[in-house]
Amino acid sequence: MATDPLPYARPRAGTQPPALYPDYASTQKRAPKRPPIRFEHTLSETTGPVFESGWAGPESADLTRQHKGSPLGERMILAGRVLDEDGKPVAGTLIELWQCNSAGRYHHPVDQHDAPLDPNFTGAGQVVTNADGGYRFLTIKPGAYPWRNSPNAWRPAHIHLAVFGPAFVTRLNTQMYFPGDPLLAYDPIYQSTADAAARERLIAEYDPELSEPEWALGYRWDMVLRGRAATPMNPA
Amino acid sequence: MADRLIPTPSQTVGPFFHLGLDHPEWSDLTAGNPGQAPLGERIVIEGQVLDGDGAPVPDALIELWQANAAGRYAHPGDTQNDKPLDPNFRGFGRAATDAEGQFRFTTVKPGPVPGRGNSLQAPHINVLLFSRGLLIHLHTRIYFEGEAANAADPLLSSIEDAAVRGTLLARREADSQGGSPAHYRFDIVMQGENETAFLDL
Repeated sequence: MATDPLPYARPRAGTQPPALYPDYASTQKRAPKRPPIRFEHTLSETTGPVFESGWAGPESADLTRQHKGSPLGERMILAGRVLDEDGKPVAGTLIELWQCNSAGRYHHPVDQHDAPLDPNFTGAGQVVTNADGGYRFLTIKPGAYPWRNSPNAWRPAHIHLAVFGPAFVTRLNTQMYFPGDPLLAYDPIYQSTADAAARERLIAEYDPELSEPEWALGYRWDMVLRGRAATPMNPA
Repeated sequence: MADRLIPTPSQTVGPFFHLGLDHPEWSDLTAGNPGQAPLGERIVIEGQVLDGDGAPVPDALIELWQANAAGRYAHPGDTQNDKPLDPNFRGFGRAATDAEGQFRFTTVKPGPVPGRGNSLQAPHINVLLFSRGLLIHLHTRIYFEGEAANAADPLLSSIEDAAVRGTLLARREADSQGGSPAHYRFDIVMQGENETAFLDL
């Protein structure tokens, strides 16, 4: 007789954003109206794609050396760990990162913001976490930029990150923000998560230990993925 | 368990995700090892993503995760050792929609996989949908119209409304009857009258 896979934990109330958040205008025509169908996890949910360490080489973790010259802006290190809810490291998982340049413009044809492109900055990187769940990117600090959600709306500086984790239900697509940014109070995407402690997870910490003298500022940021719903008792 | 860490909240991928996530070659799940075809029936799945106004969604990203033709996932958590792994099939795919909201995948038809309590799940592909305006991604599944195993599938048979159930069925396209590979159509309606059945996982 087959054993049912141990399910992953459901999010606690208010710790993830809702589908419909009217202050973020684009949710209004894209949020489903019918409640989603609750379904207990099977092998289909508790498995997911495996990315071996060869998926991303060290050069893809350094966004400042992808072109002939150096990109403009403040050089910064973004480093931390990917953990599960029990604080255990999530090793060997793929992290994909993308961001705008220091002037607040994405290297993307849809972005028509009147700010300069930087010929030395694309703004995309990948890493696979190490045995301790650790990751490290070298990049430049992204700028804030306007968007048309409401009159005179500005997105706080942010970096997009996507992580797989061990199962299809641990997939996380999120954004990292900077401490003390005055735009956070006005940003509906950041504010869409009701729980204040959960929102805090989205803000990196300035870490002088991580900064490199005469070179780059260090920001530390851990990502926490869903863990199993129940941990079997440890007989030891 | 009150001392467990709070998982990081999801945030939208926004309109510029192509920069970091778009790899058009990932839409062909059969191309993992050049010159080496995976086992099973090769199929094409195409469709369109639509919003609550019925307008095409040109900035959506779809990810697929599926078992191989024998019904085994390429993952250490799948311990069905009586079924073979296929060295030429990983089971993961990704495609962005085009300006008309359309997407297209090439893959193999998955085999049935176990459900909870010794049930059997009909062949299906697990789907994640990301887009601007989705603060957190949506989950759904692609099943195959006319599959005998659908009748006993735990998820499909839990949905009483036949119209809602039907949104999970990919339909064989008439112009490909008997053709190879078979083409299936699977549209994703994010909101409104023919809204796709999304899952709370």
